[in-house]
Amino acid sequence: MHIPDGFLDVKTAVATGVLGAAGVGVALRQARQHLPPQRVPLLGLAAAFVFAAQMINFPVAGGTSGHLVGGVLVAALLGPSVSVIVIASVLIVQCLMFADGGLTALGANIFNMGIVGGVGGWAIFRLVSRAVGGMFGRVLAAAFAGWCSTVLASVACAGQLAVSRTVGWSVALPAMAGVHMLIGVGEGLITALVLVAVGRARPELVSPRAVTETSFRPLVVYGGLIALGIALFASPFASQWPDGLDRTAEALGFAEKARAPVVPAPVPDYAMPGIHGSALATAMAGAAGTVVVFGLAWVLARVLVPRRKPQ
Amino acid sequence: MEHDFLDRYSRMSSPVHRLPASAKLVAALAIVVFLTWVPRGEWVWLQGAAVLLLAVTGLAGLPWGFVIRRLLFAELFVVGVAVMALLQPDGLRLFLFLVAKSTLCLLTMVLLANTTPFAELLRVLKAARVPALLVTTLSLMYRYMFVLLDESQRMRRARLSRTFTGRQARSWRARASVLGQLFIRSSERAERIYGAMCARGWR
Repeated sequence: MHIPDGFLDVKTAVATGVLGAAGVGVALRQARQHLPPQRVPLLGLAAAFVFAAQMINFPVAGGTSGHLVGGVLVAALLGPSVSVIVIASVLIVQCLMFADGGLTALGANIFNMGIVGGVGGWAIFRLVSRAVGGMFGRVLAAAFAGWCSTVLASVACAGQLAVSRTVGWSVALPAMAGVHMLIGVGEGLITALVLVAVGRARPELVSPRAVTETSFRPLVVYGGLIALGIALFASPFASQWPDGLDRTAEALGFAEKARAPVVPAPVPDYAMPGIHGSALATAMAGAAGTVVVFGLAWVLARVLVPRRKPQ
Repeated sequence: MEHDFLDRYSRMSSPVHRLPASAKLVAALAIVVFLTWVPRGEWVWLQGAAVLLLAVTGLAGLPWGFVIRRLLFAELFVVGVAVMALLQPDGLRLFLFLVAKSTLCLLTMVLLANTTPFAELLRVLKAARVPALLVTTLSLMYRYMFVLLDESQRMRRARLSRTFTGRQARSWRARASVLGQLFIRSSERAERIYGAMCARGWR
């Protein structure tokens, strides 16, 4: 879901640029303070690994293929801040070397895939693997979190496209979320399979102690950034443009948009007018999908990590 | 090194290649921001930018076939996003405009990427006070991504020469174990690199 240039307007590009830079800044600070020096080269190597991993195609039915994004995998193996730095590096190289993903959309892509997808996915991974212990729990958590990270990132992406008035919210959200609910299945599956493969060869790399990052504060900051992003990209639609289809009025045009504040303040007392029929249906579909995927992840983890008699 | 084709043209010699990397990066950013700013339906600005960019492509001496292939490759993503615009009233005009705008931005970035060696862009980032840790990570990534790509291809070839192509589910597990191995090798390599860096006086 690399957003190319030209789909985000200037105010969205600037806002996401600030959010992305802030997230990477927090991650770098965290790494400088807590990462032991012998693991610094690992940042670069992990980024090179993700780049190479994204080149390996997994066959999907009908001649198409998918690949790993890797945010949750790296976060599960090396911690959330490392994951933010790694995904940001991959996106920067893809943008500057291969024109894959836009330069003005770099902040948005880092925010979506690194912070919302990576850190958000990691939070889900952590919650589930704490609740269900052992290797089984970690594989289940990786599969489920891989799916969630893809869907969450696509929702953030839809919000940015809508706030740029490129595509209406009512089109962008179901289209992006719907497609990525399918793509996410692949991401969850690959994440779990790779985690199992790593665990089989080097069990210490996937033990909960492998991730040294324990500090709570950066997570609060990441959470704050994500919340700010939601406020910027989602809430205006609940208040101003519930439909998003009036956008084609050329008369409004760019002149008026340019004068609009860079950061549209969410209307303080909006009463959830966004929740009408279709929004409710989308939410219900999303909830049902999440439950189904959790069940599938459970089955997958059972297959990959067979139940053993307690020793 | 099998993957050099990814980065083959950035070290050619032409008037555009010889420009300082910082100037090219700033110019590319300016063009992309300008194109992003162009209001919907203002085709004349896009035409102007297209003429300029095509002239630069000619001046840089990049093979047209290569540029077109790179554009078409990235175009998949552009059309994938833009196609959503078709689902709205007056979608076709918007769709065409978005695709044109995005393609010009893409051409700008393709030109930047293929007239400037990545190492020079890294030097610009360093001079622009991008945090050192990020620049180190980017340079290590650039140094080793081709190595790891080669390594993953070697593992794939080794597997193909020893096994028959199995069922779909098998092949997913096989690919995943290649990725798992690749991760393990990367982390072991990182340890060796740390030793080598220390031996050469890093920090």
